[in-house]
Amino acid sequence: MKETKIFEKPKSMVDVTTHYCPGCTHGVAHRLVAEIIDELGIQEKTVAVAPVGCAVFLYNYINVDAYEAAHGRAPAVASACKRLLPDHIVFSYQGDGDLASIGMAEIVHAANRGEHITVVFLNNAIYGMTGGQMAPTTLVGQKATTCPLGRDPKLAGYPIRMCEMLSTLQAPAYIARVSVAKPKYTLKAKEALRKAFQTQIDGKGFSFVEILSTCPTNWGLRPVDATNWLEEHMMPEFPLGEFKTPA
Amino acid sequence: MGKRFLMKGNEALAEAAIHAGCKYFFGYPITPQNEIPEYMSKKLPEIGGVYLQAESEVAAINMIFGAAGTGKRVMTSSSSPGVSLMSEGISYIAGAELPCVLMNIMRGGPGLGGILPSQSDYFQATRGGGHGDYRLLVLAPSTVQEAVDLTMLAFDLAEKYRSPVMILADGFMGQMMEAVEFNETHMDGLPDPAEWAVGYMKQRGSRALVKSLYLDPEELEAHNWKLQAKYAEMTKNEKRHESYLADDAEILIAAYGTVARIARTAINELRAEGVKVGLFRPISLFPFPYEPLEALPKSVKQILTVEMSCGQMIEDIRLGVGKDMPVSMYGRVGGMTPSVEEIKDQVRKALGR
Ligand SMILES: Cc1ncc(C[n+]2csc(CCOP(=O)(O)OP(=O)(O)O)c2C)c(N)n1
Ligand code: SF4
Ligand SMILES: [Mg+2]
Repeated sequence: MKETKIFEKPKSMVDVTTHYCPGCTHGVAHRLVAEIIDELGIQEKTVAVAPVGCAVFLYNYINVDAYEAAHGRAPAVASACKRLLPDHIVFSYQGDGDLASIGMAEIVHAANRGEHITVVFLNNAIYGMTGGQMAPTTLVGQKATTCPLGRDPKLAGYPIRMCEMLSTLQAPAYIARVSVAKPKYTLKAKEALRKAFQTQIDGKGFSFVEILSTCPTNWGLRPVDATNWLEEHMMPEFPLGEFKTPA
Repeated sequence: MGKRFLMKGNEALAEAAIHAGCKYFFGYPITPQNEIPEYMSKKLPEIGGVYLQAESEVAAINMIFGAAGTGKRVMTSSSSPGVSLMSEGISYIAGAELPCVLMNIMRGGPGLGGILPSQSDYFQATRGGGHGDYRLLVLAPSTVQEAVDLTMLAFDLAEKYRSPVMILADGFMGQMMEAVEFNETHMDGLPDPAEWAVGYMKQRGSRALVKSLYLDPEELEAHNWKLQAKYAEMTKNEKRHESYLADDAEILIAAYGTVARIARTAINELRAEGVKVGLFRPISLFPFPYEPLEALPKSVKQILTVEMSCGQMIEDIRLGVGKDMPVSMYGRVGGMTPSVEEIKDQVRKALGR
């Protein structure tokens, strides 16, 4: 019988065990990015900018030129890199604390300048790396170590919807929200990532993909329950879809 | 002699950077250094470079991190409050061993302070500012011509040591107009960015990593020792100073930057009166030129440090001369400048005349 290969590690992915917790979807998002890099044939001219957060070791898993940026500053690092290396494909990969809290100014201004970079924004509604503190994306009522009774909007406001916010700007070319919680969403996530990177390759401007993601460890849920919780609670708050597409 | 141009200090600094091959500038407006970004915003696009106004100094220094990681010559400039905001990024740049040139055209602090010249960021420049065991190579020009020459040197040194280099000047020098010439210099044997920078993966056959993170304590310790070895090398090779009429002096004025210039006039006038006074002027503030202070001429009986601060460089002077040599201090701050007359009075007072 002839053998057909149905599963293969992406070429640009390093063959090591990740440091992610069981059931964490950071790994899935990494893999999708690596698959897109392979499929577009851009490994040798791609530059990754890793955040401070659980994805800080992104560069250990995706084998491309890479920076490890200061907390929140990845869009500034990526903007400058792309301006100096316009023939390269530059992307940042950032968590919700990194991008929507400490790095809010950098992401808004990179988007507003229409920088020709791609931003992969992993929203897990929590500060994963530091042990489960409240994030700007934490849902109302969701418990975190710094809001043990659940997020109270009177004290801490409401979850920030980055895609909607950035879509008010004129410059960004592609903005989409996807998820990797279940296979049916993951396929769409990959398509959005492909469009985002293609937007950059085509010189059409700033592209942004928000990926709703799980943090079973800090949500205090088992991996499968976490994917269900994401569907039930995060998706109504952060609706999936494309918010902006290039002309 | 080359062609001479009458230029404002800030513009001369910017032009010198361009002569040094810097085509990339990232910054945020702040008085009294605005002529630098303004000049760059006009000139860099003309030569195929990039001028980008960042949304803040925080963003600007992280843009420098991204730009310097490509191994090209890049710079930013700011003034005191802006440099405070940049300090985190400077620490990352030092940790990741990226070459770049930073300019601080100092103004009075603390806090928002004022917009007039000051030298009160000496500690920040030479003792850190950001976190961690890192050092900046700090050069302090005293004339616009020297600012031009040191800026060109700064780009070479940044590459030689893969380290951020700071030009520490004050608002006076930024605003002063002087005739300058641009004598380009080229240091031999500088490292090839293709060996370490991003953007060469295809050529090199392996990727580059620009980072300051070492979670394994043994690795981080080794990284720190590597940085320290580099700082030791700088200390061996890059100390610069000027002595003026020091050989027979009874009293030495220690001053840097604009103040050294004022002190020089005071010294000339005092010498005409027969007062044996000289000048010690550090040009590199890190590494600090301690040796001339350790081996002062026998005639020198005391030191008068003059600064536009409440007394910062004086700590290095004391480290250099040891505890047996009397060191006194005269400072004006907040944008006030010591005058020639004030310095002369201080010298006479110190000598008991
Ligand atoms: C300037 C600074 N402040 C705080 C921290 C600590 N810190 C590290 S990761 C992190 C939060 C990361 O959360 P997020 O961006 O949501 O990433 P996740 O781990 O959830 O993927 C914080 C606050 C830091 N490294 N630097
Ligand atoms: S803490 Fe959360 S985000 Fe971080 S690796 Fe674990 S599950 Fe993933
Ligand atoms: Mg998070």
